[in-house]
Amino acid sequence: MSGLSIQLIDFLAALLLMLSFAMISQRRILSLIHLFTLQGITLVATTAIVAHATGQEHLYLSAGLTFALKVILIPLLLHRIIDRLNVRWDVETLINIPTLMIIGIVLVIVAFDLALPIAKLSTSIARGTLGIALACVLLSLMMMITRSKAVPQVIGFLSLENGLFFAATASTNGMPMVVELGIALDVLVGVLILGVFMFHIREQFESLDIRHLERLKED
Amino acid sequence: MSAASLSAQFLDIVIALLLAPLLTGWVNQWRARLQNRSAPSLLQPYRLLHKLFHKESVLAEHASPLFRGAPYILLGCMTLACAIVPTLSTDLPLAPAADAIALVGLFALGRLFISLAAMDIGTAFGTLGARREMLVGFLAEPALLMVLFSVSQIAGSTSLTTIVERLADQGPAIYTSVMFAGVAFTLVALAENARIPVDNPATHLELTMIHEALILEYSGRHLALIEWAASLKLFAYSGIGLALFFPWGVSEGQSPFAVLYALPVLILKLAIGGFLLAVLETISAKLRIFRVPEFLATAFLLAVIGMLVNNLQGH
Amino acid sequence: MNSSVLFHPGEWLYLDWVLLVASAWLSIGLIGVFALRRLALVAKVLFPAGGVFGVVLLGIALIATQAAPETAVLPIGLPQLPFHFRLDSLSAFFLMVIGGVAAGVSAFAAGYFRKGEGTPPGLLCLEYHVFLAAMTLVVLADDAYAFMVMWETMALASFLLVTTNHRIPEIRNAGFLYLLIAHIGAIGILLCFGVLQANTGDYSFENMRAQQLSPFWASIAFLLALCGFGAKAGLLPLHVWLPEAHPAAPSPVSALLSGVMLKTAIYGILRVCFDLLDLRLWWWGVLLIAVGVVTALFGVIFAAAQVDMKRLLAYSSIENIGILFTAIGLAVLFSSYGMLPMAALALTAALYHTAGHALFKSLLFLGTGAVLHATSERSLGKLGGLMRYMPWVAWVCLVGVIASAGLPPLSGFVSEWLLLQGFLFATGLPSYFLNMLIPVVAALVALVAALAGYTMVKFFGIIFLGRPREERLALAHDAGAWERIGMAWLVTGSLALGLLPIQFIQVIDPVTQYLTGAGLGATVADHGWLLVPVALDRSSYGPAIFLLGIAICCALVFIIVRGIYHGRVRRSAPWDCGFPWQTARMQDTAEGFGQPIRQIFEPFFDLDRQLPSPFDSEPVYRVQVGDYFWRWLYLPAAAGVERLARLLGHLQQGRITVYLLYSFLTLIAVLLLVRR
Repeated sequence: MSGLSIQLIDFLAALLLMLSFAMISQRRILSLIHLFTLQGITLVATTAIVAHATGQEHLYLSAGLTFALKVILIPLLLHRIIDRLNVRWDVETLINIPTLMIIGIVLVIVAFDLALPIAKLSTSIARGTLGIALACVLLSLMMMITRSKAVPQVIGFLSLENGLFFAATASTNGMPMVVELGIALDVLVGVLILGVFMFHIREQFESLDIRHLERLKED
Repeated sequence: MSAASLSAQFLDIVIALLLAPLLTGWVNQWRARLQNRSAPSLLQPYRLLHKLFHKESVLAEHASPLFRGAPYILLGCMTLACAIVPTLSTDLPLAPAADAIALVGLFALGRLFISLAAMDIGTAFGTLGARREMLVGFLAEPALLMVLFSVSQIAGSTSLTTIVERLADQGPAIYTSVMFAGVAFTLVALAENARIPVDNPATHLELTMIHEALILEYSGRHLALIEWAASLKLFAYSGIGLALFFPWGVSEGQSPFAVLYALPVLILKLAIGGFLLAVLETISAKLRIFRVPEFLATAFLLAVIGMLVNNLQGH
Repeated sequence: MNSSVLFHPGEWLYLDWVLLVASAWLSIGLIGVFALRRLALVAKVLFPAGGVFGVVLLGIALIATQAAPETAVLPIGLPQLPFHFRLDSLSAFFLMVIGGVAAGVSAFAAGYFRKGEGTPPGLLCLEYHVFLAAMTLVVLADDAYAFMVMWETMALASFLLVTTNHRIPEIRNAGFLYLLIAHIGAIGILLCFGVLQANTGDYSFENMRAQQLSPFWASIAFLLALCGFGAKAGLLPLHVWLPEAHPAAPSPVSALLSGVMLKTAIYGILRVCFDLLDLRLWWWGVLLIAVGVVTALFGVIFAAAQVDMKRLLAYSSIENIGILFTAIGLAVLFSSYGMLPMAALALTAALYHTAGHALFKSLLFLGTGAVLHATSERSLGKLGGLMRYMPWVAWVCLVGVIASAGLPPLSGFVSEWLLLQGFLFATGLPSYFLNMLIPVVAALVALVAALAGYTMVKFFGIIFLGRPREERLALAHDAGAWERIGMAWLVTGSLALGLLPIQFIQVIDPVTQYLTGAGLGATVADHGWLLVPVALDRSSYGPAIFLLGIAICCALVFIIVRGIYHGRVRRSAPWDCGFPWQTARMQDTAEGFGQPIRQIFEPFFDLDRQLPSPFDSEPVYRVQVGDYFWRWLYLPAAAGVERLARLLGHLQQGRITVYLLYSFLTLIAVLLLVRR
């Protein structure tokens, strides 16, 4: 195991974390999709490096799959959705960004604290980055909480999956192919279903603001 | 303290004083080109300085000595800052007198004086500029400090020269914290040097200007000194950025000639850095003044995250 | 250990000299009583004499920091309960601060007090010197009894000084608030001593040092001490008296309160944490750091939003106290993990800042005093442009402002630098959680320091720069001779602390040696003019070289520019983008200058805004910055007390037999209790 690949994985982990922070402080929907695509590219690179470093052939396949799905297919779908919904240039009002980032810092601390015992058990080459992966998951969850429009929420959900994927790659040197295919299919179907949902929400309320869903509850 | 280190120190200061306006000219030229304007000459800042030095200084009737002294103090601070940032050599006799923290203090001292001087005349614009400058400062300073801390924890020293030596010896390495610090530093450097997302050096529109509002009452040689100091500040920031993130190619005091080898490397690095700055300025839009604290808070928090990650990963 | 000569004839000890200074101050005060209304005598003879003794105290204490501890027993007070005194390096250090500041403030006071309403000058002289003597003896006290007596004398004397202009109701209210919180604190300290003596019944500090408390009881003692001394220091949430009492008091008194009296609380917490308690737990340090950093942030944000110059300085004192507690917390943290050299570093930062803050804050308060005299105006919105009318005060205050903003090359920067070094070296802490806390706190300290700069630019810029916002400011006069002497003394001190850190750390060294068993003295002494706390390749700072560097740069530039070009200057009206109808009222007001801070930190403030509507013929804009602690802590507490008092009021029947019944029942109850 060369020092270089560990360094590269560290670098990619940092990039992923930074992209997560960029996502929670990004107002434009279009930029969010770009950031998501970048996250996908980071994941592909990580998987490829792990594959190269550990010599596991099937990880290359996984990297290819991730590339097809997260760099090409899903962003394409998202682009189409925002075009069709005509929200390409939408800007969302956010609560104060510094506050979000301070909460983000706390989440990072919590994530590292949680990851420490797991990382000790792991024998993987990239265990040092487990905390970062966990932090990305938590940050994506927070992003979903703070958004009120549907598309950013879906992106939050997808980026959460990215964090999980990274955690899996980092802590176990990659998952078995069957699991990976399953997850990939799940994500794809998830996006499709959510896309359909969004059109329906839009038809019903003439807006993608999911606060309207509050009206659906029984009194 | 040998003759070699003394000469390196002298050269460091002289190069900074001479090259700083050139760097400003270079950035302005590229900015104009990227924006499809016809570019001013590379030597334009020198001509400006020469012109201003020749003109007489017009002072307000009730200007106090503080107003007249501030440009000199500002230039003194910036020169000293350039003297302790290792751009050419790490064998600088002045460097131990001020480490990274003192460097931040030095910038703050300059800011304090120029802000006070702006308030001295008692015009609406002056006080407005002073307030905005301090607003930028109080967020940018801690952010810069955190950036420096992230790197000094890796190098195990707050002295800039030692940081450069240790990082350069280590060879290229990627640290998570340094990435965060790098992004934060870029944001801080843009804000501190009155660059586009925060301030526009080319405008005199009262709603947007910060730096220009500060120096509105200055003219003649005082204005020249301030312009020169602003160039030096940009130079110093570039120097800090290069020292922290690209420390290779700086002489470590082996021989007097090593400094001369370091000079072309420095010019190359500065040319690339200046070009990137111009690109950055061209692709971004000016922020509203109330977005500026948000912008700087982001820088500050990124730097803090960098330090946290550094501590957490146990480098 | 040496004992005093008062009871063992032989040579005179430093302790005796210090006691002599204290009694000299007391006698000066007594002379004042006999010259109740003779202002000239009091002002021109007694106050300067007090100042001379301040210098004497400074001198003795400076030598005594390096000497071995000395003790004395004075048979005053109750029978069987003599006063124990002890002079060790820690008390000597704080005596130095008291003496140094008192010298400057006394000289200033000689020129400050005028005839007027309120306390007659002679009485003022008594209160003032009793206050000084009480502070001296607090620091010397070596048993809980003497400590509490002196502590209360100090509180009472300062209360009387605060209410000098007692005919103004607000000032009386401020005084009572101060007295109330001082007593909440005193209860905490009393209980703390109760825990520390561990049921031995011996309240001398020597006995307390010998006790080995369990961690539980030690923590109780620590928490009580934090509460007690925190109230005196102005820690959150017991800070509310500071911004009320400081503006109420005459400026020299504010200077003493802020510069010296707050430091006795620092002394107390150091004495309890590092001397009387023999163990330190890590979470004490974390608690101190947390409380300290929150206090500092709170103080500086509020300081930036103030419109009254003395309130601004009072909030700035809260900020500095917060920084001091952060540094002490860091020292406790290090010391609990046995990292003694690091603990010494943090402690050195704390002590340095103690001395530095004492000097620059009293200097700034004296400056406001001079401004107040010249203009009788405290509100920043009505000042401005005073640099032209009182240049002397302005330049002196500029030094204080730079020191207070924590900028090189003055004293504020040195302590901040040392503290930040402490944080940087803190990475070796064994606990994972602490390693994460440290960078966050370091970032907050840096933020506080930068905000202090903002506050100080506001303070100086609005008072001294710009154009006078009121016509009559043009009549302002510069400070008198005595006032100048006092301020010059403090400026000299500030400059010396800023430029001679190595020498001053040598003075601090025995204190940290005594408290933590380690010190910076030896390391620092090796590097000539460079301040090197740990190792040369880790960090270094040379303020003298630094200042020289800037000065040479300035001078060279000046000479070269003048030599090559010219020095022509033309005076004309200000340009201001060619707008000719400028008036002084168009400058930023204090509210305007604080506006960005109010906007950014809005959740911190209890804002009360009154905005004009566009149709007002005489639009009024008013903004009042309130403190949530008042609304959510103090007012409910006051209401609760009142309700309780009403309940108790039912006991009052008005018939004498009922009262007799109460006494009777009480007697029975007590007897039963005693019998058990």
